[in-house]
Amino acid sequence: MMGINIYLILIAIATLLSMYRVFRGPTTVDRLVAVDIMTTITTGLMVLFALYYKRIIFLDVALVYAVLAFGGVIAFARYMEGGL
Amino acid sequence: MNALAAIGEILVLIGTFFYFLSALGLIRMPDVYNRMQTSTKSATLGSLGVMIGVGLWALGSDFGSVAWLTKTVVIATFLLLTNPISAHALIRAAYKRGIPLWHGSVVDKYHEYIESKAEKAESVEGEGDAE
Repeated sequence: MMGINIYLILIAIATLLSMYRVFRGPTTVDRLVAVDIMTTITTGLMVLFALYYKRIIFLDVALVYAVLAFGGVIAFARYMEGGL
Repeated sequence: MNALAAIGEILVLIGTFFYFLSALGLIRMPDVYNRMQTSTKSATLGSLGVMIGVGLWALGSDFGSVAWLTKTVVIATFLLLTNPISAHALIRAAYKRGIPLWHGSVVDKYHEYIESKAEKAESVEGEGDAE
């Protein structure tokens, strides 16, 4: 179980790297794509945290987070398109 | 550490690598369409690796049970189904807003499709006038 610390740190660094595009992105859709990828990576981070704390209930948190992020991104995409 | 935990750890390592590739593609690619292309695909594959790897790793550990693998497979299936949908909706919004393609892009199939549909509608209208 020692290697899990390294994986947690690496995935957190990947989240920070995608945060760069959120701040920098020239257009709004750029930022939205970056947020979409960030939520996907954060879901993986939450699943790894469930293994780190050895609690199975944290997997439900990751599932609900994935559902809410999907709904939010779809709503923002429809708003950008002008059809909401 | 038994064999299941070792396989799970290797899968988590592969998934972490693909997460890194997706973040790198998000930074390096020139326009929004290329960014979506690289980052969404590799992030979906990385999620599959990390989640099924965590399920196998917990199953091989002393505290694990089959419920871990079941729940992680459920989350992985949900992400596999919904990630392409959200990426497609975002890119469709980008195209409808008129964000230009990168100057090195060579093919724009959606534009050709819209043009062919407009031509077909015009020809149908012309036939109607002739009758």
